[in-house]
Amino acid sequence: MIASSKISADLIIIGGGIHGCCAAMFAAQRGMDVVVIEKDTVGRHASGVNAGGVRRLGRDFVEVPISQHSMDLWYKLSDLVDDDCGFQIAPQIRLAETTEEMERLKQRVTQLQGMGFDHEIVMDQAELRRRLPAVSDHVVGGIGSLRDGFAQPYQTTFAISRRAKRDGARIFENEAVRQVAKVSQLWEVSTDQNTYSAPNVLNCAGAWAGRIAESLGETAPVEAVAPMMLVTSRLPHFCDAVIGVAGRPLSFKQMPNGTVVVGGGRLGRADPSKNLSEMIFPELRLTAATAMDIFPIMAKATIVRSWSGVEGRMPDRIPVIGPSGTHKGLYHAFGFSLHGFQMGPGVGDIMAELIANGSTQWPISAFSIERFKDNPAERR
Amino acid sequence: MIRDYENRPKTCDLAIIGAGPAGMAAAVTAAKAELTVVILDEGEGPGGQIYRDVEQSTPPRQRVLGPDYMAGGNLAAELRASDAIYLARSTVWNISTNRLIDYSCEGTSYQLQAKYILAATGTVERACPIPGWTKPGVTTVGALQILLKSAGIVEENAIIAGSGPLLWLVASQMAAAGSPPIAIVETTPRGRFQAALPHILGAVRGHRYLRKGLSLIRKVRAANVPIYTGATELEVLGEFEATGLRFVSKGRQHSLSARRVALHQGVVPNPQITRLLGCDHRWDKMQHCFRPVTNKRGLTSFENVYVAGDGGGIMGAVSAALQGRLASLDIARKLGKALADRPARLEAGLTKDGAVRPFLEALYAPAPEFISPSDDVKVCRCEEITAGAIRKAVDLGAPGPNQVKSYLRSGMGPCQGRVCGLVVAAIIAERRDVCMDDIGYFRIRPPLKPLHLSELAGFHPLGELGQ
Repeated sequence: MIASSKISADLIIIGGGIHGCCAAMFAAQRGMDVVVIEKDTVGRHASGVNAGGVRRLGRDFVEVPISQHSMDLWYKLSDLVDDDCGFQIAPQIRLAETTEEMERLKQRVTQLQGMGFDHEIVMDQAELRRRLPAVSDHVVGGIGSLRDGFAQPYQTTFAISRRAKRDGARIFENEAVRQVAKVSQLWEVSTDQNTYSAPNVLNCAGAWAGRIAESLGETAPVEAVAPMMLVTSRLPHFCDAVIGVAGRPLSFKQMPNGTVVVGGGRLGRADPSKNLSEMIFPELRLTAATAMDIFPIMAKATIVRSWSGVEGRMPDRIPVIGPSGTHKGLYHAFGFSLHGFQMGPGVGDIMAELIANGSTQWPISAFSIERFKDNPAERR
Repeated sequence: MIRDYENRPKTCDLAIIGAGPAGMAAAVTAAKAELTVVILDEGEGPGGQIYRDVEQSTPPRQRVLGPDYMAGGNLAAELRASDAIYLARSTVWNISTNRLIDYSCEGTSYQLQAKYILAATGTVERACPIPGWTKPGVTTVGALQILLKSAGIVEENAIIAGSGPLLWLVASQMAAAGSPPIAIVETTPRGRFQAALPHILGAVRGHRYLRKGLSLIRKVRAANVPIYTGATELEVLGEFEATGLRFVSKGRQHSLSARRVALHQGVVPNPQITRLLGCDHRWDKMQHCFRPVTNKRGLTSFENVYVAGDGGGIMGAVSAALQGRLASLDIARKLGKALADRPARLEAGLTKDGAVRPFLEALYAPAPEFISPSDDVKVCRCEEITAGAIRKAVDLGAPGPNQVKSYLRSGMGPCQGRVCGLVVAAIIAERRDVCMDDIGYFRIRPPLKPLHLSELAGFHPLGELGQ
């Protein structure tokens, strides 16, 4: 048997999702020699099969600055990767069904304005009707972020991976990482096929990232979850915005071809050890009912497809972004908790900057993995 | 008809999906062994596609459809006399890994928890992606026969094009009904008979099938139907809808006018249920399709899930019934219910009935132009994706059907890839020069059939069993 030779690089990225591919692209553009190791194929899990929302609206306040940075990159992404990624600018709107919900939404917008962010705006009932004529009469208003949007998730992740390759990154698919170890100042990452060596490792392994982080002595309580989505047959065009609801879990979007994607975070069964997720339809009864409550036209809709994918969720519902708490040259970007797609370009750029320069101008301290060290079940 | 939720079966030893020959025979055998059996069937009554509406058939229709069709009537009568619960108009739209079945009946969805599941879901017609095949007016030979069986309607202005035994059966049935097709455009490539010759011994053992086939061809000839052989370069004519067919036969180009063009390249196993459950499948080079991997009794790689009939590989109605009985005997044995019926006898019957298959498979393997359509031909008709777009996605680096599906949406439409699945996989395999087993197939997602959103909202799950 011939021992496989070591593959050397400046940076080894574990995970070929949107975060791994974006980081690879930006790091390669900064001149680093980058290797991406993906146990399946690029965009196989949450990055390739999410609902495609490119959303700043309604984010946790600590995420807003990097989400803004990411949005600026989204506007340029088609030029950056030579592919339109199916990206379209569209309003994201969160609806209030009661006056109490409306008050909470208004407070949020006021708070954001106090922080210097004005992308979220309040819409009264009349304004909302004007934008969404098909919405149910009981909806009292909402807030919106007019220049958010949506994209085709696999098309996007695939295009970014190809750009990263053209920039010199090497992407190895169908190779599962077995071990990550420090060997005389360098990281050695071994898979079932090869051994890779580099001064820096970036863990972008999503639902599988906790295993890698914990093997290196970190506390990383990632839970594998399987958000479920439904797709309907084509309906006449009735909605230009991506819709969420303040008081009930629902995400709702009509695609340019007329089909409607209905999700909202209700969970199926995830089995990360087998790479599988499974739908649990009874869990979606309320999702179906909510969709019909909000848009009565949906009573005519027919579900033609559903899907779920394996995603990593943190107990406090915000990701882990930043350097390791235990090792030099180890970095993390995972656990995006069902809302990481929009953050991909921004966080990829930030990680590339952090690894290349040793520091970043962006506020990422709230996302440190150290927050779980003494409190693995931390919730916000 | 069981209407109310309370009286519906909630659990059973064996749930059988589909009431064709395999499903009916399996149900009768399992009920005899005192298993609790539920058949979930999309039809109005038992029979499946091959014996569709056999219980309703009138004598004139029986004369057209022939004695092999009427054999299904006996199986249906046995099923009706058994203790198996037959649920008509019941469409299975999902099965969980714990064998909890979600199904829809007349606008309401229910669940059924099964210890064992037998998928007896038969076949789908192989897609025929020739230029113009998505135009209105193009249909399949199988669809013509469904009209004949369930409504007694004979298409009066149709060209039948393609190859395979069903093509001749339907043409002869149309002739018997007094409306033979305008023409038969036969696409079996030259040299196929020589390729099939090594299997002639099996064909002689299965001479009953050969004799039947030859007599069908004679009947079609006797009706003075023009027959064009070795046809290639097929193209449906017409700007907005089919107005005819152009093709080359014996070195000459022909253009025939017709209101309907019915295409056919044989049938392949309906993969939706075995793929939904993630059963192992292998490519069958002779049948040019994926087949679920099973043992001799039909057990798949998925615990307690069996396949019988053409859904496991194309063997025909007689074998399907034998396989159904074998599967039920195995399940009865596992549940400790002995039966007098001997598996060895059924297996011998299978060997004898299947003897003709290698000959037919070699003779009627799909012609190359149906497997590798030219770049401008739409392959996924739901999302209107061409063969060229699929090749381009492969060239960009999309390695398999699921990446191509995510990228182009091919296979994401209402048919869920039932029509284009094999074509897409074959195009990728050819472009990458990789074998079909390494290329694989679309991941099949529920609902297997479209489901109203309002029906999901009012779904009746089985309490905690579903969690």
